[in-house]
Amino acid sequence: MNRSSDSLILENVSRRSFLKGLAAGSALVLAAKWDLALAQQEKPYGAEAMPGGWVDDPNVFIRIDEDGTVTIVNHRAEMGQGIRTSLVMVAADELGADWQRVRVEQAPGNHDKYGNQNTDGSRSMRHWFDPMRRAAAAARTMLEQAAAQRWGVPVDECQAGVHVVVHEPTGRKLAFGELARTARELPVPERSTLTLKPREAWRYLGKETGPQQNVTGDKVQRPLAIDGQEIVTGQAVYGADVGFDDMLYAVVARPPIYGAEVASVDQTEARKVPGVVDIRQIDGTRQPGGFEPLGGVAVLAENTWAAIQGRNALKIEWDNGPAGDNASYDTRVFTEELMQRAESAGQVIRSEGDIESALGNAETRVQASYYMPHMAQAPMEPPVAIARMSDGHAEVWAPLQNPQAAHDGVAQRLGLEPNAVTVNVTLLGGGFGRKSKPDFVFEAAELAKAYKGRAVRVQWTREDDLHHAYFHALSVDRLEAGLDAGGKALGWRHRTLSPSISSLFAEDPMHKGNFELGMGFNTLPFNIPAIQLENPPASAHVRIGWFRAVYNLSHAFAIQSFVAEMAEAAGRDHRDYLLELLGPAREINPQAVGDDWNYGESPDLYPIDVGRLRGVVEKATAEAGWGKQRPAGRGMGLAVHHSFASYAAVVFDVEVQDDSSLIIHSTDIAFDCGPQVNPERIRSQMEGACVMGIGIALQSEITLEEGRVQQDNFHQYEFARMRHAPRAIRVHLINDNPDIAPGGVGEPGLPPVAPALCNAIHAATGKRIRRLPVGNQLS
Amino acid sequence: MVTLTINREEHKLDVPNDMPLLWALRDVVKLTGTKFGCGMSLCGACTVHVDGQATRSCVTPVSSVEGKSVTTIEAIEMDPIGRRVQEAWLDLGVAQCGYCQGGQIMNATGLLKQNANPSDQQIDDAMSGNLCRCGTYTRIRQAIHRAAEAGEKRA
Ligand code: FES
Ligand code: FES
Repeated sequence: MNRSSDSLILENVSRRSFLKGLAAGSALVLAAKWDLALAQQEKPYGAEAMPGGWVDDPNVFIRIDEDGTVTIVNHRAEMGQGIRTSLVMVAADELGADWQRVRVEQAPGNHDKYGNQNTDGSRSMRHWFDPMRRAAAAARTMLEQAAAQRWGVPVDECQAGVHVVVHEPTGRKLAFGELARTARELPVPERSTLTLKPREAWRYLGKETGPQQNVTGDKVQRPLAIDGQEIVTGQAVYGADVGFDDMLYAVVARPPIYGAEVASVDQTEARKVPGVVDIRQIDGTRQPGGFEPLGGVAVLAENTWAAIQGRNALKIEWDNGPAGDNASYDTRVFTEELMQRAESAGQVIRSEGDIESALGNAETRVQASYYMPHMAQAPMEPPVAIARMSDGHAEVWAPLQNPQAAHDGVAQRLGLEPNAVTVNVTLLGGGFGRKSKPDFVFEAAELAKAYKGRAVRVQWTREDDLHHAYFHALSVDRLEAGLDAGGKALGWRHRTLSPSISSLFAEDPMHKGNFELGMGFNTLPFNIPAIQLENPPASAHVRIGWFRAVYNLSHAFAIQSFVAEMAEAAGRDHRDYLLELLGPAREINPQAVGDDWNYGESPDLYPIDVGRLRGVVEKATAEAGWGKQRPAGRGMGLAVHHSFASYAAVVFDVEVQDDSSLIIHSTDIAFDCGPQVNPERIRSQMEGACVMGIGIALQSEITLEEGRVQQDNFHQYEFARMRHAPRAIRVHLINDNPDIAPGGVGEPGLPPVAPALCNAIHAATGKRIRRLPVGNQLS
Repeated sequence: MVTLTINREEHKLDVPNDMPLLWALRDVVKLTGTKFGCGMSLCGACTVHVDGQATRSCVTPVSSVEGKSVTTIEAIEMDPIGRRVQEAWLDLGVAQCGYCQGGQIMNATGLLKQNANPSDQQIDDAMSGNLCRCGTYTRIRQAIHRAAEAGEKRA
C-alpha cells in the first residue's frame, strides 16, 4: 500500500468477550498503541469498562449518499464542549471527507448500538478518539476497495484523497458519492488490515477551526462549528424547543424537603386557572432517591404560563415524616459539626511515614480548615423533557448527558421492552452534571402514561432547578503541615469531610468512595516524608450529585490554598514552594498511592505525571510574569491541579480597590491534555472554566434551613456575570503530543480556578479566604 | 384576543392579557429562539426587541406590546447591526452551549443601536444582565467590539 511508513503502529492484541461492532466472532482487534496496553490488563479500563463499551463499526457511524453527502453520527451529548464538531472532525479527517459536505446526525440513546453515550467525566475524546478513527479508516478502505473493483485494478493502487478515490498510476478519480453504493455492500474490513493516517496527513485534527481569517498558505477550508449558524439565528433545537400540536405543558410542585410526601392537596383554585387541563399526583421516592422523581403534584395545561399559574394556586400540605432528619437539615449547623469533627481522626485513606513525629518535631506548624458550600449546576436551560406514549411505544425528547439511563428507566417504568422506547437527545443548554440524572424524564414518562397518545412536556422553572438540583457536596477540609527550620515540609495531614454521591443509590455510606477520594485527595502528588490522609464521616441530607469537576473542586481549593499558606509560613515564594512540594519530574502510579480508580483509566497509560504538573506551573507563571513587582492592592495567585487525566495551572492577576471592589486584570491558564483534537474548543472550555470558577470563588452558595433550599432564583444564587469576567483570559495549550494518551477537557480546567483567585486576593490584600464564596468577606 | 406584530407579521393570539410575551412567543406563536432562563428578569435569555429596545420578554405582559413592533432572534438578521453582531459571534466562536446566546445577541444589538462604539466598561454595564453559565463573556466582549468596528468600516 502506498502509505507513509510512520502511520500509527497497529498491532494485533487479544481482546475479551464483549467486543462488538466489527467482524463478529473475531477475537482480534487492531488498536492504536495506547489501546494495546489496555487490552493486556486484566481489569477493563477506559471505554471498555463503560456500560456499552465502544463500537467502531463504520456502518453505525458513517453513511455516504450518492450525492456525496457524508453523514456522521454523533452519539455523545453536545452541551457546549463542541463534541458535535470535534468528534466529526476526527471521523471526517480519517475518512478524507471534505468538511463542506459533511453533516452530523445525533444518535438516539442506544448504547448497544453506539457504545457508551454517558457524556460526563470528560471522557469523550479519551474513549472515542481511537474507535472513531478506526470506523472512518474502515469506511475509507471500503471506498478504496469499491474503486478498485470499478476500475478492475489492485486495491493498493487506489488511494482516498479529499472526497475522491484516486487511481494513482493513471490519475483517474471517482468521487465518494459515485462509490457509495458499491462500498456500502462490501464487508467491513478486519481491524488488522486498517491503517490510520499519520499526523502529517491530518487536515482538520489539531488545527484551528472557525471562519478562515487570512491564514496564509493554509488552503484547507477550516471546519466551522457544527451548530454555530443555528445558534446565532435562534434555530438550534434544545429540549424545550421540541413541541407537538396537541402537547400538554406540565410543571410539577415537588416536596420542598428531600423525602417528604404529599399529605393533601386542594386543587380547587388551580383548576379555575384558564388553560389548566388537569392535575395529577406523581409518586416520589424516599432517600436514597437515585434518579427517581421526587414526586409531587403536576399541573397540566395548554401552555407553560397556565401551568405555572395553576401550580401557584395549588394548596399542598406536605408530610415531612418520611424525610426523617432531612427536615431539620441546616447547612450552617452542619458545617460547624463537620468543622468540629475534622479536629479528630477519621478513617485512614493513605498513610506514609510517621505523621505524629513529623508534626511533633516540626519547627513551624501550619493549620487551616476550608469550607465549600453546596452548589447547583444551574445550566441556563433548566431541566425539561417531552414524552409521548402510543401503541405500546414510548418516545422521549430531552437534553440528556446520559440517554441510556433515561432509556432504561423509561422502559422499566412503563413496562416496555427496550426496543419499544426511543430516547431522542436534543442539544443541551448546558449540563455540568445536572443532565446526567434523568429524574425529569421520568416525570414526563409518568404523565405520558396517563395521557396515552399525547405528548407531555415537563418544564422545570429556575426555582425548581435550584430547589431540586443534585447538589455539589458541601465540604470541610482540614489541613495541617509541619515545616522544618528552613521551611521544608516534613509532614502533611489532610482530613476531608463531605457527603458521598453514593448516598443517592444506597444507604448513606457516610464516607467518600474511591471515585470521590481519587479526585485529587488520595492522589496528592507531593514529595513529603510523612503524609496522612483521613476521611471522617459526613451524612447526606439532600440529593448529592456530580457537578462539573465534582470533588476535585473542594480538594483543589483546600490543598492549593494551603500550599500558599505554607509558603507564606516558610517565607518562600509560592511558585518555588509549590514546585518543591511537587518534587522532581516522575510518574506516580495511582494504585501505589491507594487510588485504584484513576478516572476508570489504566494506571500504566495514565499515571500521575509530576513532570506535566510542573510543566503547567512553569508555563502559566512564565506567561503571567510571575514575580514582577506589584503595586499596592495588586497581587498574583497560583494554583495547579491534575484531574480527568489532564493538567491545569492558573495564575490570576487581581486588584482590590480601597472600596474593596475586586478587579480581575487577567488570567493565564496553562493546560496539558496531551494530544489536542480541536484546540479552539479546548481554549473555549478553559475560558468557560475560568469564568465558572470565578463564580464559585466569589458568589455561588446553596444553603438550607429546616431542610429547605433558601435560594429561589438568580438574585439569590449568583454566578459570574460580564462585569466579573477578566479583561483577558490567556490560554496556553502545551504538550500536544500524539504519543501520549489523550486527557479530558471539559472539567479539568475548573478545579484550580477558585484557589488561584483566592491566593491572588491574599497576595493583593493579605486576606486569606477559607470559606467560599468570598461574598462580602473583602469589605 | 391580543394582536401583536412579531418580526413584521401580525399575529392574533387568544391568550390572557397578562401572559408574558416569552410564553406567547414560545408556546403560542412557536418561535422558540427566545429562551426561558429565570422568568424574573434576572438572566436575559428571553431578550427580544420591542420597538428596537432590548426587552426581557419573561416579564413583559403581551397586552403591553400591542401596537408595538416585536423582533426576535429569528429575524434579527434583517437588522444590519444585528447581522453584524451575528457575524462577529461566528467569527470569534463565542457560543458554547448556545442557550443564552440568542438573548446575548439581542442585548448586544440593542446596545450597539444606542452606542455604536462602546467601551469595555459600557459593555460590562450593558451586558451584565445577561447570564452565561458556560462563561463566554470575554469572547462576547470581543465580539461586540468587532461588530462595532465592522459597523464603522461600513459607515
Ligand atoms: S428568562 Fe427573562 S430574564 Fe431570565
Ligand atoms: S453559551 Fe451556554 S449559557 Fe451561554
